[in-house]
Amino acid sequence: MKIEIKNLACGYNTGIIAENINLRIESGQILCLLGPNGAGKTTLLKTILGFIKPKRGDILIDGKNINCLSAKKISQSIAYVPQIHTPPFPFSVLDVVTMGRNVHLGMFASPSKKDYALAEETLASLGISFLRDRIYTEISGGERQMVLLARALAQQPKILAMDEPTLNLDFGNQTRVLNQIRRLAQRGIGIIMVSHFPDHAFLLSGKAALMQKNRPFIFGNTDEVITEDNLKSAYGTNVKITGINMDGGVCVKTCVPIIRE
Amino acid sequence: MIVAVLAAALVLLFFLSLCIGRYGIPPGQLLEIIAANFGGTPLGGTAETVIFYVRLPRILAAVMIGAALAVSGAAYQGLFRNPMVSPDILGASAGAGFGAALAILLSFDSWGIQISAFLFSLAAVTITYLTATVIGRKNDAVLTMILVGIVISSLFSSLISIAKYAADTDDKLPAITFWLMGSLSSASIGDAKILALALIIGAIPIFLLRWKLNIMSFGDEEARNMGVDVNRIRPLIIAGASLLTAAAVSTGGMIGWVGLIIPHIARFLVGPNYKILLPVSLICGSLFLLAIDNVARNAFAAEIPLGILTSLIGAPFFIFLLWKGKKSWV
Repeated sequence: MKIEIKNLACGYNTGIIAENINLRIESGQILCLLGPNGAGKTTLLKTILGFIKPKRGDILIDGKNINCLSAKKISQSIAYVPQIHTPPFPFSVLDVVTMGRNVHLGMFASPSKKDYALAEETLASLGISFLRDRIYTEISGGERQMVLLARALAQQPKILAMDEPTLNLDFGNQTRVLNQIRRLAQRGIGIIMVSHFPDHAFLLSGKAALMQKNRPFIFGNTDEVITEDNLKSAYGTNVKITGINMDGGVCVKTCVPIIRE
Repeated sequence: MIVAVLAAALVLLFFLSLCIGRYGIPPGQLLEIIAANFGGTPLGGTAETVIFYVRLPRILAAVMIGAALAVSGAAYQGLFRNPMVSPDILGASAGAGFGAALAILLSFDSWGIQISAFLFSLAAVTITYLTATVIGRKNDAVLTMILVGIVISSLFSSLISIAKYAADTDDKLPAITFWLMGSLSSASIGDAKILALALIIGAIPIFLLRWKLNIMSFGDEEARNMGVDVNRIRPLIIAGASLLTAAAVSTGGMIGWVGLIIPHIARFLVGPNYKILLPVSLICGSLFLLAIDNVARNAFAAEIPLGILTSLIGAPFFIFLLWKGKKSWV
């Protein structure tokens, strides 16, 4: 499965926020959407998910234009992992994850035993079965992010669209979520994630896109996109990129902002 | 399990309510009379008249109004992602009240009153919802909706006052006034039949879609990505809940607070999953209003309007919910 975006312009009723967007992502790839606040990362994500109509250009899912697909069809292919939030009612974790099954249910249907079993399997595959009967509004931020991930996986999507999956998580939980994202990509799921950290793109070693205000949209392999020059142009701050040799001869790049000249 | 217990309690209270009253009827005699009527040979006499023409319609009305208000309250809370709303807070009750008052003023029949109440109830909720969505985008959405609801409620309350002002003082004004106070003392079997029909029609879409209400409480975008057709389901639920409110208001007057309190009690008993929450809300609502109505007609020498009793319980409960804070709505 692949998503192609051609000459897309996206925005709300008030106007265009980002334009000339071209990218392409396939199953098993990870795309990090980077860029300063207000550059339109979340807007682009929501346009891909079909929440907002494109202003111009095309979004193609396996060659089919998103405008020709029903909301339900889109949600069977692309699942949304929102930022961590607190819903108004204290649902149990299993109930929350089972809600993801709704994309495969009819208008008046409610989940069967099979759907609950599938939700439990999803929890197990993420190693969070112990959360099954906990109350979603009472667990920690890191746990909630994993539950939202499980809910999206219960939709059995080909692509996950994640809005800042590491937002408000501590260092350990960030690493665990990133690890999980990598494992999902290895299982063949395509990932589009909004992030504030260029390091995430290096760690997940995939594709990256840099969105900038009033400057061209840059898309490509992480190494080509995340350069010192591009980061300076996008964020307006000086950055050094360096590599660290990990065990097994792998070199992981990281970027360090320069606080003082 | 809990559903069975509550249902049994409701049946018990139902028969108990037939017995108690100013004209006391011992349970043994009640059973005899019921058996005789089922056997096709009515006994006649005062007790039978009291049971079938005075108490039964009233008790049926209480049971159905309680159910209608509780189910519509639960539905509004899930739909608007707001545990602090109810038909009265959203303006649905005041809207229905104005619709009914207007219909009485124009000498409509029971059906006309029902339909007029429904249309104005629907209009009131829609106005509240749209206004709150526009204003509440950046502010506290929960409180905004409560405030807008209060504004719309008071708007329709003043429209009710205009209707009263315009009413004929000998005939229409007393009718509107007594009806607004919220009493079931004049409920007839005919009223109960209309109420039952509205209850069934209004509750069907809500019950069929009740599991989706769980998903909708996560917000439009997430619900949409989880395959819920928000734009189709929302109007269906609003229409159903408004019909329930209108039916309750046009039979029993403006009875406040039931739609707010009962879903919270039900959530406390069985958790927030609408699959089980909605049936439990329905039974709890019936139980609550039937119990309140028994107090209203038996506790004091003169009958107390129902709305007064529910306010006495509901207002402190609302303060309690506000105080408990946003993090841990039960």
